[in-house]
Formats: sequence, structure tokens, C-alpha cells
Amino acid sequence: MALSGACRDLTILSVTEAGPEGGAHGCYYIELANPGLGSAVAGQFVMVRPACFGQDPVWPRPFSICRLTPEALTLFVQVCGRGTDVLCRLVPGDTVTVWGPLGQGFSLEPDTPTLMLAGGVGLAPFVEYAATHPAPANLDLVFGHRQPLSCYPFAEMAAVVGRAQAFQENTPEDLPRFIELLETKVAEYAGGLIVACGPRPFLMTVARLARRFGARAQVSLENRMACGVGGCLGCVEKNALGQYVQTCTQGPVFWVEELQLSEEA
Amino acid sequence: MSVDTSVRLPGMPVKNPVMTASGTFGYGLEFAPYGDLRSLGGIVVKGLSLAPRLGNPMPRIAETPCGMLNAIGLQNCGVEKFLRDKLPRLPWRETPIIANLYACDADEFAELAGVLSAEEGVAALEVNISCPNVKAGGIAFGQDPCMAGKLAEAVKKRAGDKPVWVKLSPNVTDIVSIARAAVLGGADALTCINTLTGMSVDIRSRKPRLANVIGGLSGPAIKPVALRAVWQVCQAVSAPVIGVGGISSAEDVLEFILVGAHAVQIGTANFMRPDMAFRIAERLPQLMAELGIEDLASYRGSLRVG
Ligand SMILES: Cc1cc2nc3c(=O)[nH]c(=O)nc-3n(C[C@H](O)[C@H](O)[C@H](O)COP(=O)(O)OP(=O)(O)OC[C@H]3O[C@@H](n4cnc5c(N)ncnc54)[C@H](O)[C@@H]3O)c2cc1C
Ligand SMILES: Cc1cc2nc3c(=O)[nH]c(=O)nc-3n(C[C@H](O)[C@H](O)[C@H](O)COP(=O)(O)O)c2cc1C
Ligand code: FES
Repeated sequence: MALSGACRDLTILSVTEAGPEGGAHGCYYIELANPGLGSAVAGQFVMVRPACFGQDPVWPRPFSICRLTPEALTLFVQVCGRGTDVLCRLVPGDTVTVWGPLGQGFSLEPDTPTLMLAGGVGLAPFVEYAATHPAPANLDLVFGHRQPLSCYPFAEMAAVVGRAQAFQENTPEDLPRFIELLETKVAEYAGGLIVACGPRPFLMTVARLARRFGARAQVSLENRMACGVGGCLGCVEKNALGQYVQTCTQGPVFWVEELQLSEEA
Repeated sequence: MSVDTSVRLPGMPVKNPVMTASGTFGYGLEFAPYGDLRSLGGIVVKGLSLAPRLGNPMPRIAETPCGMLNAIGLQNCGVEKFLRDKLPRLPWRETPIIANLYACDADEFAELAGVLSAEEGVAALEVNISCPNVKAGGIAFGQDPCMAGKLAEAVKKRAGDKPVWVKLSPNVTDIVSIARAAVLGGADALTCINTLTGMSVDIRSRKPRLANVIGGLSGPAIKPVALRAVWQVCQAVSAPVIGVGGISSAEDVLEFILVGAHAVQIGTANFMRPDMAFRIAERLPQLMAELGIEDLASYRGSLRVG
């Protein structure tokens, strides 16, 4: 039956633990065959709904494009609830419905020194960013994480970008030191470009520092999404004018000065 | 076997009964990349008010078993922007575009109806008297038969030749009394049902999952409630009923038609995949052929009870 539309039923090629300890910490790569999604800008995302969701869970799940080639779409997924748990238990041959690439990606300025700030699973879009950047030597990565470093695609990235640094947050006392590191880095890149993705408190810190140092910075938001295409108004964030804008279509990547970031999402 | 999916609704020819529900299909345009809007029986756009509305604070959606809660609070761009920027880009000559109306009082509802009735591209007005997410107006109209009747009358007076649909709330003791009052007031059709009020809380953060605390429940979880309501209303009134609530397949569509609905709307299922309504519209004639149903008019209301 010929059906309309840009939703594609893709076959799982592999679900693999990210690194030797990845499975124990719920970190996986999911590889989907022949995505047929065309090209994407790093920071864009796809909506994913496995056939086995049936009527529950109802919503698809949004994931950053971690790597997209004509042969495969790779997602980097951290298990944090029902949907991600089901996804990471799928096996080769299973099908998932995927639509995208969706939303606005990160700016890419080949000649501008660029600081990538990633927190945890927020590293995912930067794999694509580094892979598609024409001058990766201009990229500098600071990565904050809780799980062991080997659970993330960090080493591969460190090998291609100009500079890369990881910071593990084990205890609450580590937080002020991490913020200090961010502060030094953001100050250093006030004349460059800063791109950030990670948990909301992390993004709020980045936004605050960018404002303080007058840096040009973009943040990628991970708001709860039901449709991913601008139809439900569930994923909104307040913009600088105080209006609610959809993060799925007008984001997930925004310039920090475009937003009034609040703690809730 | 060739089947006839066309449906007669007051004042508009409808090629098939599969429409989309207000608030779950944006202004239609958002879903255009996922299917041919002209293949749908109708598109009900996001609830419109006279002035743009900001809506409720975040978080305003939460997932629940087989469903979701929303407290969007009728965020919309306002009727003027809709008519100027959105409607002209919709295929209104081929597919009826139904405007869903929200206002704070009867005068404002009537004013909005007046503005929309002048528009060639608007096929019908769907009056939302049942939104659980706004303080003024909203559900208050939908819970009192007298107010529902008066509101239907006020809107009908200003609607010109546009059919008026009144959208009923399930959050009432007796939906039939509201349905009767709306029809007596002049409603040409009834949309049945809006969301059920619900709540979801997080035991760790000890917070409600919605900033508004309470929201509207929708999705497959509410289908039995919607089916019951449509059945009861169809028994009581002769005005056509448009069934909505938890529909996510062509089989579900036929269930609603079997209990008496003329047409249906696909809501939350549009979030499961953005081509859902198109797929259901495409599948329906095949399913009818498989079941030997030649046309919907003869199948409608043919439920065998007792
Ligand atoms: C644009 C975008 C890109 C994303 N990219 C990635 C990615 O590359 N890899 C990855 O692992 N995750 C990513 N996420 C987050 C991912 O979508 C959520 O982890 C996932 O939806 C949670 O589903 P679940 O069923 O496992 O959790 P649920 O059982 O639904 O909920 C478990 C917890 O997760 C929280 N949650 C629910 N939805 C989201 C959400 N959309 N974002 C964040 N937390 C959520 C809930 O509030 C709850 O606390 C992205 C989110 C967005 C919006
Ligand atoms: C996110 C969301 C927004 C909605 N907005 C409106 C609205 O603006 N006007 C309205 O009459 N109904 C609105 N509804 C209700 C739906 O149109 C529909 O009546 C309800 O969701 C039940 O159908 P479903 O279970 O198929 O979703 C909304 C529902 C959802 C989920
Ligand atoms: S997720 Fe539905 S509007 Fe953004």
C-alpha cells in the first residue's frame, strides 16, 4: 500500500552499548538503516516511535541526530524512562517510525573559533557537528558528565577536534568547580561562537555566563514534546518578547538572547 | 467493491468522515509535509480567540497511560492573523476548514462568529464551550444547559449562513441535557467530546506534572467515554454528531459511526505520527470494502442492541 508522507519505517541495524560499561549505565547507540532523511544540520532532531509502542506510550520520542549518512542514522540514547528503555531493548530487524530532520540546528561558522559545551547525553548533536564541520581544528569541546567517560562518544570526538576536555561530576562539591571551568571558557570565547546542549540547569548557567561576558551563544533545549512538528503547542518556551514559541520548530537551538529561560520545562 | 465514504453535514459536502480535532493539528499547515490535506474530510483548526492568547505556563503537557494531559490554555495567534496568514494557504476549496472558537463571554463569542462568518474559506464554526484549561468562559458554558443554549443562539445569530457546531464537554453529569439545549439554541451539529479533566503528580519532586495542576485528558484512554457520550447524544437529538475522543484507526472510526456519528475527528493520535489522519482516511474505504459496507449512511447508527 502506497502511503503518503515523510514518516519512514526504518529497520534497526544494531543496538549497541556505548563503550564497555555503557549498558550498565544505560547508554546505547541505535543504528537505523537507509534513513532517507536527506541532509541535516547538526542540532536538528528526529521523532522516533517504535512499532511496539502500540497505544502506550502515546507520544513518540525526540532524539538529536548523532550521525546521519545515506546508509545509516545513528542515535545516542540514554535510558531514563519507559520509552528509552523499550528503544534500547529493540533488536536488529525491528522497525521504528521516524520523521525528520526537524527544527533548527546549530550555526556553523567554519572560520570562527567555536566552543562546544555539552552535558551528558547533550554530547549527541556535537558528534554530527564535529563530523560535518569543515575546520574541526577550530572546535573546542568541554564535556561535563556523571557516568564513566567511556559511556560517551568522547574519545572519537577528542581525536578530531582542536581541543577537548572532560569533567566528571561525582559529588555536589564538584559543581562549583565545573561552573568555574565554564566561566573561564566562556570568557575566552566571548569573541567566538558558543554552542551548548545538556540539562536545563547547565544551559541556564551557559546562558547566564554568555550574557555576562557578552558572548554569542546558542543553546539546544530538550523540552517535553508530543508532536515534534509544531501542532500541539506543548513544547513552548518564552521568547525575549514574552511570547511562547515552539521549541520543536523554532528551536530546539536558540540564541540565548532570544529566550527568557525559566527553570521549568 | 467500490464504497462511498461521503457524508452529509449541514451546509457542506464532505468527501469522507475523517477530520482532525482542534488543537491537535495546528493550523493544518504544520502537517502538510506529511500528507495531502485535500484527502481529509475536514480540518478543525486550533481554537481561535479575537485577540492572540499567550496560553498557560510550562510544563503544559504530560503523558499518561494510553493518553496525555494538556493545559495549553488556548494559546493562539488570534483570528486576524489566522485569516490573513494561515487560511489563504489552506486548501479550503477542496477540504472544509472549520474554525474552532473560544471567547470569555457570549458577546465576544458572537463577535468572533461575526468575523468568521464573513470568510469564504471558513466552512463551519465549532464553538468550544468545553475547554477545561481556561478560567473565564470555557467549561462553565458547557456545564449548564441554559448557558449552552443561550450561547448557541447568540453565535447562530451572527453566523450568517455558516453552520454552527457546538463542542460538548464530558465533564458533566448529563451530557444529553446540554446536547438538547445546544440544538434548541440553534446548533446545526454537535462535536462530542472535548477532554476529560485529569491530573498527574510526581511522588519524588512532590509536584504536579502540569504547571496548571489540572489538565484535559485525551487519547486512546478516553475512547470508551467518548463512544458512550456519542451513543447517548445520538439517541437523544437528530442533529448530526461528530465523534471525537481516542480515535486512532479506521476501525475506531467505524465504531463511532456504528453508534450514530456522522463524522469523526482525529486528535491525540496525530501526535503518534503526523501522517495518522491521512493514513486513517486512506485505510477507511479499504476497511469498509473488507466488511462489505457500501456506504456510511446505511451503516450509521446500525448498532444492534438487545
Ligand atoms: C530536541 C531533543 C533532542 C534530544 N536528544 C536526545 C538524545 O540525543 N539522546 C537522548 O538520550 N535523549 C535525547 N533527548 C531526550 C529524550 O527525548 C528523552 O530522554 C526521552 O523522551 C524520555 O523518554 P522516556 O520514555 O524514556 O522517559 P519518560 O518515561 O517519558 O520520562 C522519564 C523522565 O524523562 C523526562 N523526559 C520526558 N520527556 C523528555 C524530553 N523530551 N526531554 C528530556 N527529558 C524528558 C521526564 O520528565 C521524566 O523525568 C532529546 C530531547 C529533545 C527534546
Ligand atoms: C494539545 C491539545 C490541544 C487542544 N486544543 C483544543 C482547542 O483549542 N479547542 C478545542 O475545542 N479542543 C481542543 N482540544 C481537544 C481535542 O480537540 C479533542 O476534543 C480531545 O483531545 C479528544 O480527542 P482525542 O482523544 O482524539 O485527542 C485539544 C486537545 C489537545 C490534546
Ligand atoms: S512538540 Fe508539539 S508543538 Fe512542539
